[in-house]
Amino acid sequence: MILSGSDIIVECLLEEGADTVFGYPGGAVLNIYDSLYKYSDKIRHIITSHEQGACHAADGFARATGKTGVVIATSGPGATNLTTGLATAYMDSIPLVAITGNVSCNLLGLDSFQEVDITGVTMPITKHNFIVKNIKDLALTLKLAFKIAGSGRKGPVLVDIPKDITAAEIEYTPLGKSEPERFDDISEKEIEEAAKLIAQCERPYIYAGGGVISSDAEKELARLAELCDAPVSCSLMGQGAFNQLDRRYIGMLGMHGTVKAAAALNSCDLFIGVGTRFSDRVIGDPNVFGKNAKIIHIDIDPAEFNKNVEVYTTVMGDVKTALSRLCDKISQKKNAWTDEIIAKDFGEPVLKGTEAFPVTPEAVIRKLDELTGGEAVISTEVGQNQMWAAQYYRFKNARSFVSSGGLGTMGFGLGASIGAKVGCPEKTVVNIAGDGSFAMNLNELITAYAHNIPIIEMVINNNVLGMVRQWQRLFYNKHFSQTTLDNRHIDYVKLGEAFGIETFVIEKNEDIEPVLKKALEISKSKPCMIEVKIDRDINVLPMIPAGKPVVDPITEIDLEA
Amino acid sequence: MEQEYVLSVKANNNNGVLLRISGLFSRRCFNITSINAAETEEPNISRLTIVVTADLKVLNQIKNQLLKLYDVHEVRIMEDAVKREHILIRAGRSEEDRHKIIEIANLYRAKPVDVGKDSIMLELTGEPLKIDSFLDLLKPFGIIKMVRSGITALERD
Repeated sequence: MILSGSDIIVECLLEEGADTVFGYPGGAVLNIYDSLYKYSDKIRHIITSHEQGACHAADGFARATGKTGVVIATSGPGATNLTTGLATAYMDSIPLVAITGNVSCNLLGLDSFQEVDITGVTMPITKHNFIVKNIKDLALTLKLAFKIAGSGRKGPVLVDIPKDITAAEIEYTPLGKSEPERFDDISEKEIEEAAKLIAQCERPYIYAGGGVISSDAEKELARLAELCDAPVSCSLMGQGAFNQLDRRYIGMLGMHGTVKAAAALNSCDLFIGVGTRFSDRVIGDPNVFGKNAKIIHIDIDPAEFNKNVEVYTTVMGDVKTALSRLCDKISQKKNAWTDEIIAKDFGEPVLKGTEAFPVTPEAVIRKLDELTGGEAVISTEVGQNQMWAAQYYRFKNARSFVSSGGLGTMGFGLGASIGAKVGCPEKTVVNIAGDGSFAMNLNELITAYAHNIPIIEMVINNNVLGMVRQWQRLFYNKHFSQTTLDNRHIDYVKLGEAFGIETFVIEKNEDIEPVLKKALEISKSKPCMIEVKIDRDINVLPMIPAGKPVVDPITEIDLEA
Repeated sequence: MEQEYVLSVKANNNNGVLLRISGLFSRRCFNITSINAAETEEPNISRLTIVVTADLKVLNQIKNQLLKLYDVHEVRIMEDAVKREHILIRAGRSEEDRHKIIEIANLYRAKPVDVGKDSIMLELTGEPLKIDSFLDLLKPFGIIKMVRSGITALERD
C-alpha cells in the first residue's frame, strides 16, 4: 500500500511493539503528529511539559518495562532538549529510540529556521544515529534503530527525519519486528577458567551491576550466589538485581556502600563482577581496588574489560547465558568466611534528626519500604535523595529502581517516574526527590496531572543542595557556596494545588505512617505529592571520598568540627 | 610502554564515518598520529589507516571502542605490513638549490612534478623513515610547502 513517510513511522513503531510514545509536537514533526492523530486508537502519545521530560519518561518506561522507549521531538530546540535525556540513557545503557524532525532536505545546511545538526550533536551520546534523506531508507532505518538499541549492550539511537521525508509517499510492505542480535556464543575456555577459580577460592564475593537487569539474569545470579555460597553486593545500577531480603545481600558497594561491603571487598579472595563497568564511583582508587583478590569480570562489552581496573580473567557475552553456563560447571560450595561476613555487625551508621527537624529520610524510606512490601518502583533524582533511596529501600525485584547512575542527571526522576508508571500501571511508583532536583523539572507535575498518571512525588526538602553541601563541609572548609536555598520560600502544598496535585507534609515522626498510607491510597487513582521536611545537615553515610581506596568508610561527620 | 601502532579499520563508507571515528579518538583522549581514509574495492566500504601512539592497555581500548561503533566492521592491529607514505614538497630558493635538490631527488627516486625558476616540487612515495630522511636532506634548502599523506598500509600475506 502507498503510505506517507509519517504513516510509515507509526506503522514501524507499532510493528516494534511501541504502542506508547512520549514527545512534544512542533513544526518539523507536524506530519508525524498528523499520523499520530490518525492512529490515535492504536498508539498512545503522552505530551510532556518539556522534551527533556519526554526523554526521561521514555527512559523510565524502558527501565521499568525492559522494552525500548520511544520519544519524539521537533527539530532545533526540540531536538537539543533531548540531549540530557539521551546522554543519561547512554551512560546507563538504556534502550531508546528518539525520532526527531528536521527541516526539509533542500533547507538542510542553510541555517534554516529551527535547524540543528542533531546527528552531529548527539554522536557522542547515542549508540548510533541516522539522518534519513531518502524515503526508500525510512522503514529499514527505523527497524535498524530498534535493533541497535536493543542488541548487546543496549543504548539510545536517534533517527533524524527531514520534514519532506515524512510528507513523501512510497509503497510500503511491513518488514516485521526487528530481532536483537544475541551474544550467546561464549568461549568455553573462559567459562572453565572462571569455574576453576570459583572451585579454588575460599572467600568469593559477587558484585552485580545493571547488566544483570539488562539481560534479565536475576535468577541466574541468585543461583550463582547460592552455588558459590558468596555474599552479594549490587552497584547503584544493579539495585534490584538481587533480592535484598536474601541473607546473602550485604548492601551496596562503593562511595556510599555499606561498611560490610567494603570489608568483604578487602577480605575476599575472589571478586566476581557481573554486568558491571567498574565505575569510578565504586572502585575509588583503581590501583588498590580488589588487590587481595583475583577478579573475574563477566560482561557483554569487551571494551569494559581492564578499562578501569585490571582483572584476572574475563567472560565475554550475554550475562544471563554466561551465568547459566557457569553455574552448570560449578559444584556447591560452603565458605566459613561468608557466614562470618553476614553475621558480623560492622556498625553501619544510622541517620539522626534534630529537635527542629526530627524526621530522617531513613525513617521515611524504611516505612515506605514496609508499607509497599518492597514491591514499588522507586525512581530518584540525583544527590542525597538518590543515595538514601538506594540505601534504605530494600529492592526485591529487577526493574524496580529507576535512577540516573552514570550521568547523575538532576531532574531525571519525575519524568522517569511518569514513564515507569505508564509502563507499569499496576505498580506503585514513587519518585524520591530532593528540593534542588525537584525545582529543575517540576513542570512534569503538569504531565502527571493532565494524563492522570498516579505517581507519588516525594520531595525530601532540606533547603540545600545537600550532596554538594556535604562535599563542601568535608573538602571545602564549609564554604557553602551557592548551595543554601534559604531564599526560596516554596509552599509545596500550594504549588501542588496549583497543578491539581494533592500535597501532604511530613514534619514529625508521627506524620510518617499516616501520610504515606494516605498517599499510597490516593495513588491508586491519581498523582499526589509529599514534602518531607528534614534537617539540612543529615549526610549520606557511609562515605568513601572520591578516588580513595574503598577501606574504612567515613561513618560519622562531626558537624562542629 | 607507549609505542606507535598502525591500525587498519574497515568501515561503512558514509559521510559521517570519519567524524564518528575521529570523535571517538578525541573524546576518549586517544593519541592519533595520522589518519588516512579512502574507498576500497567495494564502494560502500572504506579502509582507514590510523597511526596511534599508545601502550598496550590503551591500544586494546582503542580497538574495542572502535568495534563498538556501528559503522566499523573490522579493526586490525598491523604487525607485518607494508607501510607507505606519499609526500608532495616544494623546496629551494635559487637555481643552484634546484640543481642540488634534483641530485638528492635522484638518490631517493623522487619525481619532479613542477619546476619553477628557483624552486622545484617533488613527489615521493616510500616508507615513513625514508620520507623523514629525505625531508632532513631537503631542509637546508628551505622547504616552502609540503603535504604528507599519512601512512597507508596493507598486511603481507
